[in-house]
Order: sequence, then structure tokens, then C-alpha cells
Amino acid sequence: MNAPNDTPIVELLGITKAFPGVLANDRVDLTLRRGEVHCLLGENGAGKSTLIGILSGLNRPDKGTIRIEGVETAISSPRTALDLGIGTVHQHSALIPALTVLENLMLGDNRKLRLDEEGGRRRLAELAELLGVHVDPDTKAVDLALGHQQQVEIIKALWRGSRVLILDEPTSMLTPQGVAELTKVLGRLKEQGQAVVFITHKLHEALSLGDFISILRQGRLAGTIDRRALQTKPAEELRAEIVRIMFGEEARAVEDVAELREERVEAEAPVEVDASAETVLELRNVSASGDGAELGVESISLELKQGEILGVAGVDGNGQRALAEVIAGQRGSSQGEVLLYGGPVTRLPVSARQKLGLRYVTDDRLGEGIVGSLPVGLNMFLKRVGERPYWKHGRIQRAVVDERAGELVREFDVRTPGVGTRAGTLSGGNVQKVLLARELSFEPKVVVFNKPTYGLDVKTTATVRDLIRRLASGGGAALVISTDLDELLEIGDRIAVLSHGRLVGIVANGPGAAEEVGRLMIGSAGAEAAA
Amino acid sequence: MTTETISTKAPPAAVRAKPTRSRLGDRVFDVCVRSLFPVILALGAGAILLLALGRNPVSFYQDIWLGGVSGGGWDAWQDSAIRMAPLLLIAAGLTVIFRANIWNLGYNGQFLLGAALVTGYGPSLTNNVSLPVAMLLLVLMAGAAGAVWTIVPAVLKARYGTNEIITTLMMSFIGVDLANILIKGPFQDPAVTIPQTRVLDLEKMLPNIPGTRIHIGLLVAFGAVLVVHYVLTRTSWGLRLRIMGANPRAARHFGVNLPRLIITSFLVSGFLVGLAAAVDFLGLWGYIRGGQNPAYGDTVIPFVFLARLNALAVIPFIAFFSVLSVGGDLAATNANLSTDFLLVLVGLILLFMTVIEYLGRRRDLGGTYLPPGLKEALRAPLFRRRSP
Amino acid sequence: MILASQVWTEVFWTSVIAGGLLAGVPLMFTALGETISERAGVLNIGLEGMMLLGAYLGFLGAHYTGSVWVGFLTGIAGGMIGSVFMIVLCVWLGLDQIVVGIAITLAGEGITSVLQQAQFGSTYPRLDAAPTVAIPGLHHISVLGSSLFDQPLIVYLAFVFVGLLAWLFRRTNIGLNLRAAGEKPEALDAAGVSVVATRSWAALSTGALAGLGGAYLSIVAAGIFTPFITQGQGFMAIVIAMLGRGRPLWVLLGSFLFGIALSLSDSLQLAGINISTDVVHMLPFAAIIIALILFARRSYLPPALALPYVRGAR
Repeated sequence: MNAPNDTPIVELLGITKAFPGVLANDRVDLTLRRGEVHCLLGENGAGKSTLIGILSGLNRPDKGTIRIEGVETAISSPRTALDLGIGTVHQHSALIPALTVLENLMLGDNRKLRLDEEGGRRRLAELAELLGVHVDPDTKAVDLALGHQQQVEIIKALWRGSRVLILDEPTSMLTPQGVAELTKVLGRLKEQGQAVVFITHKLHEALSLGDFISILRQGRLAGTIDRRALQTKPAEELRAEIVRIMFGEEARAVEDVAELREERVEAEAPVEVDASAETVLELRNVSASGDGAELGVESISLELKQGEILGVAGVDGNGQRALAEVIAGQRGSSQGEVLLYGGPVTRLPVSARQKLGLRYVTDDRLGEGIVGSLPVGLNMFLKRVGERPYWKHGRIQRAVVDERAGELVREFDVRTPGVGTRAGTLSGGNVQKVLLARELSFEPKVVVFNKPTYGLDVKTTATVRDLIRRLASGGGAALVISTDLDELLEIGDRIAVLSHGRLVGIVANGPGAAEEVGRLMIGSAGAEAAA
Repeated sequence: MTTETISTKAPPAAVRAKPTRSRLGDRVFDVCVRSLFPVILALGAGAILLLALGRNPVSFYQDIWLGGVSGGGWDAWQDSAIRMAPLLLIAAGLTVIFRANIWNLGYNGQFLLGAALVTGYGPSLTNNVSLPVAMLLLVLMAGAAGAVWTIVPAVLKARYGTNEIITTLMMSFIGVDLANILIKGPFQDPAVTIPQTRVLDLEKMLPNIPGTRIHIGLLVAFGAVLVVHYVLTRTSWGLRLRIMGANPRAARHFGVNLPRLIITSFLVSGFLVGLAAAVDFLGLWGYIRGGQNPAYGDTVIPFVFLARLNALAVIPFIAFFSVLSVGGDLAATNANLSTDFLLVLVGLILLFMTVIEYLGRRRDLGGTYLPPGLKEALRAPLFRRRSP
Repeated sequence: MILASQVWTEVFWTSVIAGGLLAGVPLMFTALGETISERAGVLNIGLEGMMLLGAYLGFLGAHYTGSVWVGFLTGIAGGMIGSVFMIVLCVWLGLDQIVVGIAITLAGEGITSVLQQAQFGSTYPRLDAAPTVAIPGLHHISVLGSSLFDQPLIVYLAFVFVGLLAWLFRRTNIGLNLRAAGEKPEALDAAGVSVVATRSWAALSTGALAGLGGAYLSIVAAGIFTPFITQGQGFMAIVIAMLGRGRPLWVLLGSFLFGIALSLSDSLQLAGINISTDVVHMLPFAAIIIALILFARRSYLPPALALPYVRGAR
């Protein structure tokens, strides 16, 4: 296997990197070879991002060595990484929205003072042909569809002649169709002898695309699956092995969750929405505009019945945020009506809707969900500022707030030293629990969840899904917006599909629902699928 | 202070109302260090500057103490106290708006317009209406003028997000010009040839606190500071303001009416600045000259920051600065220096403050004092790194 | 009452244009400097202080050597001294750009006033008028000839500089880097260009240009240095730069209009019309406020303006 002429392009040996309070990478080894797709698999927070940060020069390791073509090398900055032929496509778009595709691609090439526009166009045509894609050099990056943006980013990574291409969760934003196109591009790159690092937390992607799989867990390299194993072992066996490596002792919990899902699907498939149940939330022809590059929603009509969990599927950026915010009252609608228990709430502000039991668990937990500089306890009451009994005559009643907050902390198992601790110091999972405590307390009736488990660990994810189910079975109703189709298939009664700001269909959960939703997402299913 | 990194594996900790109480001593120490160090460093740097200019720093600072506190048989402090009144009110106004993370840099225009109206209408009003009513009217008029002058920046920011630094600065220029037009035009004292308003009679000015030379404007100022502190720390309006200041997107999520809050905080800020003009000109000056612009706000800003936007903490800093500026006049005259030397001191205080804040922040984060940017810059100062 | 015969004279229009240029050039240099900074994401509120440093040191240079060019160079150095604080504290350490800007302005106002007084007492020495260069063939044209084409060499250079900057922004890698540093610094960093270095150079250029603007003010426009000689022109330059939205030609136009407004009352007096300087001084600000009210929706600033960049921070 290790022929002398087969020196790995990159070898990471014993890489250790600590951030204040976290050991992000602990003695990690990684070997990258030509023409090989190396999948890096792990949960959020397992240390994948740090590791590729080290490869792309954004972080410097505390310990360990990096060998490039067998020679020990330090990657001290992104520039060094680029010069060494390591190109990276980050999870969050690195394109500058206000610049054109060509300008974005030429950025950073400082060999000459004058911009070499002709040379740039030639290079773009060359790379576009290599990848088998078509890209217009003069479109502004902001106007590109997400899939095209990614193609431009890949071209950018290859721009200065790369040997190693790092793709950080490249499929998280893509439609199934986009994923197929990406797979084709990867095939071409392999033929060219590129080494590809493919980061993902989705097991099936790793299995279908990878030639080699490294699994990270809590900063350590928890295990690897080599090419031979991938080619010879049956998929089920590999899957079980990976789950065991990924979750270790927690694997039991995962299996529980998986079992639960099967039970549920069996019990309710095919789901019949109880027509006699009361309609608790209704949207009639609602439109709202989005922010900047983000899509708004257009003419959305839907009904949510009591006891129901309605999933909203769709590729990120297709109007999810606008939909959630227009229901919560954070965003004005340009037309249409929002009704709660048959009564219009379209004109009501957030606080009034909150009081009526309409709640919103935002996906932007740190950006808007909490105020990091304020105490945990106060954060749980920020949607009831000025209301009795927490405020009297505009004056805060600290004792009441702290006492009630203490109860909520226990009820929702928020791990915090105290209610007086600054909320910004909590971990992601605990921040989500603070949000849930705020929205699911004081008689919640209809709750909008936006990506409720994104970035959470397995246990918290299970807790959150359980809370959603309990809400629905306890007489409430939930609208769950998620980009994770598996999640919606697990907990949803019906699944609506959002595409380009429109609701293109609603599918009852059950056998075949996944395929139907997928078809709706790429726009090849008839609109009559809508219930 | 240590950072509180919470591991999800930690057992549920007991819920306490105020877990930071045990470290209260540390916090007081910390705040003192962060607030006093910049002042001490700036005075030190000022001393070096004085030496470089061939002046004796010891006698300079002694003169400040003499002129601002102990001079005239322990009478000079009353001058400093009188100076405090407008400064405190401006500081209160800036504290409110800075808490909202909005830059009201238009205080000079707001102040001078208030001053022009008070001195312009003062003589006739006090002659026609009973004194308390006239005073109340004048004070409210100045406050209203200051508030009105923030409306354009406030509405532009609330509706279109227009940068308020620009708009408040421009409204300030316009306000200063307008005040001068008023002073040289309709409010001009016909009896004199130089541009100035009629002088208020001494008995028609704000009364003094019994037993002192200090006018009651100082009490108004203290009252305003206390009210602002209460509102900011205890009320729902203050909390909304803090949320907006900390994170406007979160404020929107929590259902705060952002446009209304932006506008009301601007109005409150402008009102307090206008009030400052009223007490200063009704209590101390009694008239205004064309081109007169004390520009109090410029020098108040650093102390509002040093007080970390805490209205109560503003009081000792403003007291310090009042002594510095009243005593500084004497010191500068004795040292044959321009009084603008104080501006240098204030600028230095601000610079040292940012540096100390920075060092403190690094320490809180548990990291090194050198950020990657600086490290990189020190390694290759200003020059692009050549590829290896 | 303003009579048509009073304003419709060659003398009047010549003085308007010449006055506008005289007052507009310092604004233009400074506003161009701010434009560079803003493109790169550094909001420089300390321009006023940098202009004053440039005005004072420029005056000293010209006063002691007798050469306006030495004066311009020392003025540039003065502005750069101010911007070094901005670079170290804001670009390298990531401290608040507005607070540091205010500090630079205060300290700049104070130190120049103190030094001037320490050096010259209450006397204000005057410089000789800067030599002008008449452009052959053009300087005889009515109105425009003596106003536009008979100016100190630095004015022509200023116009050349506007064109150069426009080219630099549009056609070069430097321009692209500057834009990226202001729009999305992490993208520039990922492309292998140092954000810190790019912003540092931008801030240094701003200081140099503000210093040059100040030096022009004291050496050419006034021929004298008095404390606070800039009278808020640094802030005007910020406004012009923001309204110019990163386009040098617009900055040129804006500076000229502001320059006319600053000098118009002199021209009117020359024509025998007395309008209060306060009114005329107020006009450009009032005009901009009205423009902002009408066109507020279209103002654009780089997204990363005034935000420090720390690699790896999210």
C-alpha cells in the first residue's frame, strides 16, 4: 500500500491545539493522498473546524508536525497555505457579495499592481471547463444561487494551482440536485490527482463519497476506516462501526432515538391529519420581504392543527427566516393575514403575540436569542419586559425574576453556575435551553422552532425533540423549520416544503415521504401535492 | 476575573441569586484600576510634556489644586462645583444615549441653541412673569430646544439607519451657526456694539444654595443624574435601552420598538444637554456673547466612558474634571501656557483608557496580551509578507 | 437686496471659484484620505486632529525653511503621527475607532495650540504667499483663467491625484484589496492578504492626506497658523467622504461645493453684499441634511466599517 513513489501530499502528526477552556484537537494524525477523497466525520464541536483551520493557516497548532510531500513545513498563515497548494472552501461563504465573480477570484493575487482582467477570464474559463460548470464572470456574488456560489468558491480554491482541496460541510446548503453536481465535480478532481478533504457530519455522505474516513470525537481521532474496508465491508456493518466510533458510550442513546423514530413512523404511517382538530395557526396568503440577499416569503398559506407538528423543509436561505419572523411578529408582512385561534394577529407586536401563547425559538441563538452581557435569569424574561409581576410600574422586581428564573433553570436543566451568570458564557446547548425555557414557559400554545437542534450534541438534540413532541401531545402545536430532513421525518406529522420563498407542497409523513419532499425541493413534483 | 466556561458534563450547580458577590471586592478593585489608571497615566504623561516644554509639572499641578479646590481660603472649590452643574447634565445626557450605543455628537449645537434661547428670552420673561414660573419656562425651553435639535438625526437613524455620527455633527454645526445668528440678530443687546445678548439682572438669576456661592442648578444636575441612574438600572425603559445598545437584533427579537426607542433616547439626551445650557447661563453667565462656545461636551465624553456609562460613577469623574478645568486656568496662566493644555490631558486620558480596557479584556479572556494582529504586525511591520 | 449687477460680474465669479478652490483643496485632500480609510473599513473620526497636526507642523516647516514643499512634507509627517495612534490602537489592537478618533482630535487640538503658544507667544507670524503657476494659454480665459489656471502647483497635483486614486480604486489589486478589507475582511484574509497590513497602509495614507490638507490650509490658504484653524473641516471631510461613497470624483465635486460655501461670504462682501458668515457657513450643512432626508435610503457604507478584525473570531 505504501509504495515509495506514493508519498502523501500532506501528513499531520500529533496535532494539538487548545483554545481557552477547550482542547479542540488532541494529538490528531491525518494523511492525505493524491486522487483520494478523505472524509472527516464528526459531530459539531468534535474539532473538525479547528483541524482544517490548521491546514488552511487560520490557526497554528500548539504541538505536532505537518509534512508536505514528506518535508516538515509550518503553515503560518492563509497565504502560506495557498502557496503550498492548499485551497479551502469554508462552510460560510468567503465570497464578497458586493464584488463580481471575477473580482472575487482575482482577490489576493498581488504579483502585479494592475488587475489582470484578461488573464483572469482565461483562468476562469479553463477551470470552469475542468469542473464541467458554467460561471458568468461579471455577475455579482450576491446574485449567485447557492450552488453556483459554491462552484465559484471551488474555482477560487483551485485558482492558484492547488493540490489539496478542503471542503467544509459542502452539502449543508445544497439541494439534492446540487449534491449530485458536486459529486460529479469531485469525481473530476480525483481524476486530476487532487487530494480532497471532505468534512461532514452526515454518515451516508461519508460512506458514499469517501475513499478514506477519519472520525473525530471530542478533539481526538477516534477511528479510521480505510479504503479496503470501504470497498469490502457491507454498508450496514460500516454504519454501525462508525456510529460506535462517533458516539462511543453515547451510542446507546442514539440507538434509542433511532428506535423511537421507527416506532413513531410505524405507529402513524400513513398519517391522517385529524380534520376535526381545531386550527390553531393559520397563514392566509402571507408575503414578507427578506433582508438583503436573503429571500423573503411570497403568498404562503398554511394551517396548523392542535396537537400537530408541521415540519418545514427546504434548503437554507429559501425564506425560512422570513416565515418564522412574520409569524412571530418580528417582521412586517406586505400582504396576507396571520390568524391565531381564528383571530387575526397580523397587526400585533411580538409581546402581544407572546402573551397569546405564540412563541418563536430563533435559530440565531447568540445573534438575537440572548443578550450575552445580561444575566441568564434576566434573559429568560426579555420577552416580558415591563409585564407584571416581574415589573411593577416600570420598575423591575428582581426577587420575583430571580426566583422564577431559578425554577426555570431547574425545569429545563440549564447548566449554569447561577441565574446571575452572564448568558454569553454558556455553551451552545445551554443557550438553547435558555431560549426554550423562555418560549416554552407560561402556557405556550403555538411555537415556531427554527433549526431547533442545529449544532447541538446528541443528548441535547434528543431532549429538544422530546420537548417538541411533549408540546404537541400536551395540546399545543409546533411549526418546526429545519434544513435537516431526517429531523423532520423523525418528528413531523406533515412536512411542508419551502422553495424560493414559496410553499411548493405539503407531504404527509410516512413511507415515501422523504422521496416526495426531495422531489418538491428540486421542483420536479407537481404543485397539486399540496394538501 | 476568570471566565466561566461551562462544560455540559458539569453537575447542575446550585442556583444562586448573586454568584458574583464573593468577588465583589475584586470587581471594585478592577473598576478602580480601569477607571483611575488612565487618569494617573495621563497626568504622568502630561508632566513629561510639561517638562519638555520647560515648565515645572509639580507647580503646575499644585496650581490646579489651588485654583480648583483650596485657593482663596478654601473657597475655590465652589467655582469647581458651579462648573460641575452643566457638565453633569451633559454627562447624564450622553450616558443615556451611549447606553443605547448611539453616538450623539451634536451636543455643542444642542447646548448653544438652548443657551441662546435662555439668554435671549430671559430678560423679557423674567420681567413679565413671576420669577419661578419664568425660570421653569426658560429651563423647559432650553431642554426642548436641545431635544428638538436631535429629531432629524433620530428620525433618520430610526427610519433609514443613517449614520448618526454624521447627522448629529452636521446638526451641531447648523445649531452653532443658528445660535450665533440669533445672538447677533434678534437677541442682540441694542445698548452695546459687540455681539451679545442683554445681561440678566443678578437677582433674576438662579438662586444660590444657602451659605454658598453655588447656584441651585447643581442640585438640578444631581437630581437629573440620580433619575437617569434609576431609570437606566431599574426600569423597563432602561432595560430596553441596554438591550438595544448591546444587540439591536436581539432587541427586535424581543419585540422592542426600535424606532420609538431610538427617537425617545435621542430626545432625552438632547433635553438633558439643553438643560445643561439653561442652568449654566441662568446660574452663572446671565448673557451670551457671539461666538462663545464652551464645548463642554467634547471634554465630558472621556469621563462618561471612564465611568463605564454608569450615571452615578460619572459624579466623581466630573468633579475631578471640574477641578482640573477651573484650576487649569490658573495653572496655565501661571505657567504661561495655553489653557488648551487641558485638551491634551483629556485626549491622553481617553487614549490610556482604551489601552487599559484592552489589557483588561485580554486578561478576562485568559489569553495573551498580544492579539494575532499585533503579533503579525510586529513580526512584519506594515510590509506584506513575501511568499517563502 | 441682492442686485443682479452686483453678482453678475467677472470679479465676483472669479472670486467665487478661486475662493472655492482655496477652501476646497484642503477639504479634498482630507476627504480623499478618509475615502481610502473607509473603503478599507476604518472610520477615522480623528481627522480634525490630524489636520491640525499637519497644519502646525507644515507651517513650522515652511516658516523655518521658507519652502512650501518642505512645509507640505512636514505637514504630511504631522498627519501621519496622528494616524500612527489610529493604526496601533484600532487596526492592530482592535480598539474602538470612534473613541480613539475623538481622543486624537482632542489631543491634536490641544497640543498644536499649546505648542504654538509656547513657541510664538501671542504673535502669529505670516508666511509669504505661495507662488502660483499660470498655465500658458489657459490663464487668460475670462473668469476661469485667473481662478482655475493660475494656482499653486499643489492644486494641479491635487487634481492629478484624484484621477490617480480613481484609477487605483478601479483598476488595481490595491484597490481590490482595500474594498475587500472593508466589505468582508475575512475573505481578504482567506485570500492570503494581510487585513492588518492593508488597513494600516490605508490609515497611514489617510493621516498623510489629512496632514497635507492641514498644511495646505496653513501654508497656502491662510499663510498663518492659529489654534483651531481647521474649524471643524476635519468633520466636514468625513461627511464629504461618506457622501462621495468611495468615488474620488464625487469627493472632488463635494469638496469644491463646500469650499465655495466656506468662502462665499468673502466673495459676496467683495461684491458689496453683506450676508452674515454664520448664514453662509450653515448653508452646506443644511443642504446636506436636506439631501440626507431626501436620499437617506441610498447612503452606503462598507459593512465592516469601524469593526476591528481579529482572525479566527466569529
